[in-house]
Amino acid sequence: MNGIIGEPLDRVDGPLKVTGGARYSAEFQLKNLAQGVCVGSTITRGRIRTLNTSDAEAAPGVIAVLTHQNASGLKHVRDQGPAAGSMVGEVDLVPLQSDKIYYDGQYIAVVVAGTLEEAQHAATLIKVDYEEQKPVLTIDQALPQAYEPKQVFGRELQAKRGKPDQAFSDAAVQFEQTYSTPVEHHNPIELQACVAEWKGDQLTLYDSTQWIMGTRNGVADFLGMPRESVRVVSHFLGGGFGCKGSLWPHSVLAAVAARQTGRPVKLVLTRQQMFTCTGHRGRTVQQISLGATNEGKLTAVRHLTTTATSMVGEFIETAGLFSNLLYATPNLEVGHKVVRLNHGTPAQMRAPGHAPGTYAFEAAMDELAYQLKMDPIELRLANYAESSPKDGKPWSGKHLKECYRRGAETIGWAQRTPEPRSMREGDYLVGYGMATAIYPCNRSPSSAKVQIFSDGRAVAACSTQDIGTGTYTIMTQIAAEALDMPVGQVEFRLGDSLFPEAPVSGGSQTAASVGPPVRMAARNARSKVVLLAMADKASPLYGQAEEGIAVENGRLFLISDPGRGETYGQVLTRSGVPMVEAESRTEFSTRETRSHEGNLAVPANALQATGRDSGHPGETSGQAGRESELYAFQSFGAQFVKVRVDPVVGTVRAARCVSVMDVGRVLNQKTARNQIMGGVIFGLGMALLEETVYDPNRGRIVTRDLANYHLPVNADVPEIDVQFIGEPDPHISSIGARGIGEIGTTGTAAAIANAVYHATGKRIRDLPITPEKLL
Amino acid sequence: MDPFTYVQVQDNGAAISAARGGEAKFVAGGTNLIDLMKMGVERPRRLIDINPLPLQKIELLPDGTVRIGALVRNSDMAYDATIRKRYPFLSEALLSGASAQLRNMATVGGNLMQRTRCPYFYDTVFACNKRVPGAGCAAMDGYNRNHAVLGTSDKCIAAHPSDMAVALVALDATVRVAGPRGERTIPMADFHLLPGETPERETALEPGELITAVDVPDVPFAVKSRYVKVRDRASYEFALVSVAAALAVESGTIRAARVALGGVGTKPWRSAAAEKILVGAPANKETCLAAAEAAFREARPHKYNAFKVEMGRRALAQTLATVGGMA
Repeated sequence: MNGIIGEPLDRVDGPLKVTGGARYSAEFQLKNLAQGVCVGSTITRGRIRTLNTSDAEAAPGVIAVLTHQNASGLKHVRDQGPAAGSMVGEVDLVPLQSDKIYYDGQYIAVVVAGTLEEAQHAATLIKVDYEEQKPVLTIDQALPQAYEPKQVFGRELQAKRGKPDQAFSDAAVQFEQTYSTPVEHHNPIELQACVAEWKGDQLTLYDSTQWIMGTRNGVADFLGMPRESVRVVSHFLGGGFGCKGSLWPHSVLAAVAARQTGRPVKLVLTRQQMFTCTGHRGRTVQQISLGATNEGKLTAVRHLTTTATSMVGEFIETAGLFSNLLYATPNLEVGHKVVRLNHGTPAQMRAPGHAPGTYAFEAAMDELAYQLKMDPIELRLANYAESSPKDGKPWSGKHLKECYRRGAETIGWAQRTPEPRSMREGDYLVGYGMATAIYPCNRSPSSAKVQIFSDGRAVAACSTQDIGTGTYTIMTQIAAEALDMPVGQVEFRLGDSLFPEAPVSGGSQTAASVGPPVRMAARNARSKVVLLAMADKASPLYGQAEEGIAVENGRLFLISDPGRGETYGQVLTRSGVPMVEAESRTEFSTRETRSHEGNLAVPANALQATGRDSGHPGETSGQAGRESELYAFQSFGAQFVKVRVDPVVGTVRAARCVSVMDVGRVLNQKTARNQIMGGVIFGLGMALLEETVYDPNRGRIVTRDLANYHLPVNADVPEIDVQFIGEPDPHISSIGARGIGEIGTTGTAAAIANAVYHATGKRIRDLPITPEKLL
Repeated sequence: MDPFTYVQVQDNGAAISAARGGEAKFVAGGTNLIDLMKMGVERPRRLIDINPLPLQKIELLPDGTVRIGALVRNSDMAYDATIRKRYPFLSEALLSGASAQLRNMATVGGNLMQRTRCPYFYDTVFACNKRVPGAGCAAMDGYNRNHAVLGTSDKCIAAHPSDMAVALVALDATVRVAGPRGERTIPMADFHLLPGETPERETALEPGELITAVDVPDVPFAVKSRYVKVRDRASYEFALVSVAAALAVESGTIRAARVALGGVGTKPWRSAAAEKILVGAPANKETCLAAAEAAFREARPHKYNAFKVEMGRRALAQTLATVGGMA
């Protein structure tokens, strides 16, 4: 280790981003580019009786209008899922292939024209006559048809341990309440965008996606063409938060429109369309039952969630998944019940399941603490799980007690007077709240390649994504460290399906998944240069043993005689080798389904790891190490929040957040802090502001812009003190880093809700905590 | 968006003649009109860019009136030294609106002409009497959390979104307009119309008339005024409830009062009912509560905005107490 990893290195792509040099998907101005717009249904359930496009087709500049009447040749892609190499948002709805309408905003046409304005105008000229049916719009309405799915992505949705019902009724102290969270939307600032271009039977998509390979595979499947014939490029993402992890219909439609018009076509969704066909977080209703001894030992835990999916796809907001991992309890029941509504299909949204789940569960723990007259931290310590409560496996690393301790100290927990409504600052009520953060430590198979050039530069490449998190930067650091090269000489390339395969940038797994193969490929490429030098009579290192050679700052030298050595560039130049290359792949997976992001065929020319460098069983010879079977992998943290509440009008403002995270080794202090801050802000929005509202009569979204859908603005965001335990996780990889994109969101809403209770004495069990709920 | 023609004009006369024949809109900052055009709500055939017009100044007239040119940007107006000193609540109201970027573009004339943010007005799929007279109102039994509780009718409950106009109506400002038939003035209180049976008619402007300036009279006791805005988000957010208040208190008695409310009315809501209670009454909290009660006596809440009545009362009573030094 030469100290590059962990440094607060500035984002390597920062200068490009602030100078406008970073090209986002919508900015690929291809020659002869036509502009498309999607047209959405204005009813929520029913069918298209007639659809008249003649005025639209006759409008100036219009090249084509695609509807279910003429957009042909799309395959029904069944049984998709991450295991099949893509996540299709709506498996049961092939775009523009039928007259049926399942939700408001469902695409019914694509207008392609020479300019965007022409396309937009023509879109208003399409005449549709619908046959409307009464939609199913609420969980209550659909409850009689609810079902209980067994699994999602290999995770058990209905779980039982011990005798939870008996234990609950026998418990000395019982607590039971229902909490609810609304529909929320991701709203990345970069709109979904796709530019499609055909060259013969080869398709290239410039797509704003969190999963290059997933988009490639899914689009190819819809079009019924070989996956290798589709190339997907996505160099920069202006945020995704999960809504760009699945394949949504607009990307498929861009490809179809380009094929049908014979021109490259750009499709960018409107902000309004970002609310309909690109996923959302489903509403949850969660019943939490806690049975405890008088000393606060949990004897029974029940976490029953009801949530909603759409008529055309299944995504389940798995709010209860973490509750058999969080605290030690002998008796537990986790249940998930799902209804189908005439809404667009939900999708993974930053900390899916865990964000609403930790809100309800950790608010319930706070309520139980008050019921027991116990300090909320003490209650959590009384139920601290020293090993995984699910299966008894040891944690790969857990330092949660230290998180509680540091968080409490930083926010001044000891100075808090526990009685509700007991603290004031001027005209404001003040409250302190805390909650535990938890998120799985995911790692999936991935691959990468590294090239060292005779001019002394190195390039690492992988088809992974940088969704704004800092992948470019941390992978540059990992490669530079493994190569022992200055970071300035190393370039990391991503965002192209021609590069070695990587999993979805979702589930906070990119750092843990992509880092190891980058490191291995770098070590192997480095080794190749060392071997070249050893074999070259003209080299000062000729005839030396590899073990005796070290590299520093791009220079190979003899450990026993550091004066003897030469640079990578010198070795390659003299040997007449312009470049050496190594490709690596790791199979290590902590996911429940091993082939989760799978379908990763090992390229024939891939250089397998020799085990020389890795020191980690999971990184040898392409086979999964036993680590994933021996340990339970979870990240933990503690969220502490101080709020101020205006008792006159009920407004809540967060005054301070402290977030102490146990996420393994920190790869870059700056980007890591950025991730946790972003996560906390995401949780703050969830707690106080964000809510998607459907018109109660039509089921059409009425909060479909950034004025009506309330994301936090800077003025809402207080000082956020982010701290890391920083202890490497020795079992996740030789790098020791876990992903951190989502854990900052977990626990935050609960900490805020708990702080609001402490400030006001009012428990708000329905998010968001808007002023009227506190009047 | 529908196709339209665009012309830029250099003087008031050219602007007025360019607007002749209807289906034309003046555009200045464009912060609301362009949005509405993109959404298909506003569909002008001609757009007349009035940004070059000589309506950019803030002047102090000999009689103490402050004349604010129609094209003065909200930011410039908010930070104008005279306005800050004389009418602090006007400056506060401006700065509480929108975002810094929008305030840098938005003009005083445009602010007066901005339209409701009722989501049903903004989305052409829904029925809206304001957009299509006689079409019905989807907000009545829809999601009406942001809607008005005062000045509503059976046809429309859309709230007026302006902050600035709330302070201006409290100040008895006058809107100066020029049109095909010459110049005239309209008191702020009459400038915005109640929806009544014709919610599509929002202002007293006649077709082709152009706002040239807003005159704000000298109101000496406004130097101690306040604008308080209650909103979900701390910035870039329309009011759930807002209060503009100025009080003249002498020897424990309220001699004069100006009270206006935002976020709760179908127009910037001057509360004569509250002022009537306040003037001549002792400056104490009971008076403030009574005034707040009176201000919302006529309120007609709907399903999702019922809280605005209580929130409005509380915000008004509190603001009056603060302004009158009774806190």
